[in-house]
Amino acid sequence: MSTQVTEQETETEPETETDHQERRMAEKRERADMRERAEEELDDTEETVKIKVFRYDPEVEGKKDPRFDTFRVPFTKGMTVLDALIYARDHFDSSLTFRHSCRQAICGSDALFINGSQRLGCKTQMSELEWPVRIEPLPHSDVVKDLVVDMEHFYDQMEAVEPYFQTNDLPAADEEQRQSRENREKVKMSTRCIWCSACMSSCNIAAGDNEYLGPAAINKAYRFAMDKREGEDMKEHRLNIIEQEHGVWRCQTQFSCTEVCPKDIPLTEHIQELKREAVKSNLKFW
Amino acid sequence: MHEHDVIVVGAGGAGLRAAIAAHEEGADVAMVTKLHPVRSHTGAAEGGINAALRDGDDWELHAYDTMKGSDYLGDAPAIETLAQDAPDEVIQLEHWGMPFSREDDGRVSQRPFGGLSFPRTTYAGAETGHHLLHTMYEQVVKRGIQVYDEYYVSQLAVTDHDDPTERECHGVVAYDIKGGEIVGFQARNGVVLATGGDGQVFDHTTNAVANTGDGAAMAYRAGVPVEDMEFVQFHPTTLPSTGVLISEGVRGEGGILYNSEGERFMFEYGYANNAGELASRDVVARAELTEVNNGRGINDEYVYLDMRHLGEERIYDRLENIIHLAEDFEGVDPAEEPMPVKPGQHYHMGGIETNEHGQTCIDGLYAAGECACASVHGSNRLGGNALPELIVFGARAGRHAAGKDLGEAEVPTGPSAKSEDEDSLDTPVEPGAVGTSDEDVAADGAMVDAENVVQAAVDAEQRRIDDLLEREGTNHAEIREDLQKAMTENVNVFRNKESLKDALETIRECRERYQHVAVSDPSRTFNTDLIHTIETRNLIDVAETITLGALARNEFRGAHWRQEHQERKDDEWLKHTMIAWNDGTPDLYYKPVILEGEEKEYEPKVRSY
Repeated sequence: MSTQVTEQETETEPETETDHQERRMAEKRERADMRERAEEELDDTEETVKIKVFRYDPEVEGKKDPRFDTFRVPFTKGMTVLDALIYARDHFDSSLTFRHSCRQAICGSDALFINGSQRLGCKTQMSELEWPVRIEPLPHSDVVKDLVVDMEHFYDQMEAVEPYFQTNDLPAADEEQRQSRENREKVKMSTRCIWCSACMSSCNIAAGDNEYLGPAAINKAYRFAMDKREGEDMKEHRLNIIEQEHGVWRCQTQFSCTEVCPKDIPLTEHIQELKREAVKSNLKFW
Repeated sequence: MHEHDVIVVGAGGAGLRAAIAAHEEGADVAMVTKLHPVRSHTGAAEGGINAALRDGDDWELHAYDTMKGSDYLGDAPAIETLAQDAPDEVIQLEHWGMPFSREDDGRVSQRPFGGLSFPRTTYAGAETGHHLLHTMYEQVVKRGIQVYDEYYVSQLAVTDHDDPTERECHGVVAYDIKGGEIVGFQARNGVVLATGGDGQVFDHTTNAVANTGDGAAMAYRAGVPVEDMEFVQFHPTTLPSTGVLISEGVRGEGGILYNSEGERFMFEYGYANNAGELASRDVVARAELTEVNNGRGINDEYVYLDMRHLGEERIYDRLENIIHLAEDFEGVDPAEEPMPVKPGQHYHMGGIETNEHGQTCIDGLYAAGECACASVHGSNRLGGNALPELIVFGARAGRHAAGKDLGEAEVPTGPSAKSEDEDSLDTPVEPGAVGTSDEDVAADGAMVDAENVVQAAVDAEQRRIDDLLEREGTNHAEIREDLQKAMTENVNVFRNKESLKDALETIRECRERYQHVAVSDPSRTFNTDLIHTIETRNLIDVAETITLGALARNEFRGAHWRQEHQERKDDEWLKHTMIAWNDGTPDLYYKPVILEGEEKEYEPKVRSY
């Protein structure tokens, strides 16, 4: 009898589409958790390397509190941190989230905090690291999910320095501007920046002063200020930008940006050189 | 819903150039891209950009080399447009501040490249693409062009007419990766697809992980035919373990290829007695694999590329990036020892059929860059011709979409361009089942109101994504892996009927398995599981067109080598393979190649180097 009553009640109050969806999603999440727990119980074998990966997802029950998941990945010669992450994602937990694309150190999307240092996942060999390898999102950035951080602030700082070529003195449309080999050599390293944000993440000053332009943006300013094709007036304009309150003078020459830059750009040196240029240009007006 | 005059999908070289061009025509432009623009794969291009800039060179020579390189499968009007527009475009880049390498007199440097009769490859170290990408993104920032980054376009909003050429494209549907919303983008004037390559169809590729053929697959399902899909370029020098590209610039500067016997095999075995290492890419890739197959490879897998004799100064001046790549990704110091290299998938000559203005047969839908086939590369692309293609056809598509009159196009598009003589072409293998009805290309009913068309597409996409997220089933990664392996094994540099049929069989299985695919990650925030699941569908469609085209083309041309057909058959095969979506069944037809240029007709000749 009681069963019948229950059935009738169900009929009079049909589950709404939203309820239904939520219930199914909850069940699905539970099953996902079970799978995950099963993976974690996998036995250790000799040829595997352990990675401890930071996990966080504001949308999913059980992942709202940040935690570390351990994955045991078969180790192969030449394996990079990115390879290990991809393996873990494709074989154990497809919700493991990180940015990556070119896997050849040019797209700049997989800068991570690996064993306590900012590095590109694709360029970092597992064999060069102490195991287990600890993989976290870049420090001093908001975490969106797992290893993905919000890059908006970084992009805003890059845009603040007018990151585009400007000159009032172009030759005819079918004629190149001339540039000496020396001048191209001068700006060469600065043009290699891949916007990965490793430098910004490593910088103590940027961590404490949200408005500090930061090493990448200042390097971008250097790239144009030192390019003679832009001309002297524009250089003056650029020096004014980087001389602002939260510009070059904030840098305390700690070299952490230079240390972590995956493209070996002498960032600290570029910042110091702009400081010198700024002083020289101010003296001119006195 | 967002509304703009021109919507550019993808923000690599072609997309950025299209956006800038449309903006210069006064259009309100937005870019919608699944990566941030500076993460685009154009950044990985190394060698350079061809343009006739110097005395002794002219656009006609560039066009001739390109036609020859294409093995006479390029369309002359498109090739001549490429060669004519490239010099102005390259100088435009220089005026935007691109840091090109320089000669002593301060002019931009040029170097020799495979298949070129003049050293016209303009370069910026061995990282030309990186500088091109950043220089153009800088111009987009300067102009304040709206960029929706990390928005994954998964569907086109096209009207529902039976005849694809009567359809109109009114916009796109995108998934906001960060926020999880499905968003409609309405385009008042036009949509430009600039979504790049599809190298992820193979498992050994120089292409980025993001290169999954999204634009080509979407356009194909919306009714635009794809052209010459069987022509896939395998680059002769990629690192064996990762597929990372070692620029042709190494050979351009004088790098030498050796086999395990220490022989300079390009000459020793007569693969290219004149050009040697600088023969066209298809020629060198086949030579390498022939060496390996004849037991003269190293570890039965690769050959050596040696640049030590070039001297430290020259290497650091022009190829420094190569030192870093070989060290970081293969553990080899190329200043001390030769680099191991083997062929890897690199570029897709085929793609969405367009004319030289970037137009497809669907009104308001454009395509440019690697996803498109204006037919400048034919059956084999010359090194240094991808970057001018991006900027030349990106700019033209952007301009035309913004309303500029570029005159009557000479390259025909759509089913009306069909060859007369193709009445009885049978599809060699039956295709598998297709996706659910939710994935229909066009809006319901013959709606003409643009906003409703976009809204209907948004609704359909919402249903599809909800379904993928909610249901239980197979993980896309298993399907993708099997697909990539089958393609690499069977549809690679060397092909034969049996292997191609095997590949089609596997593709069909993948298609059927995909019916039961499901996304495990229930999150609406940055759900890469969902993105990869949608991408995998695109890979299946692209793989099928590549394999089908290859099976049908019974000849040897450019990058398409067939064991049973060891000659180029001009009488029969001077025509483009066209594949059109017919309710889930790929229809095959052909259209003639245009060899008639502005002032002369290109005469097919034996292609020797």
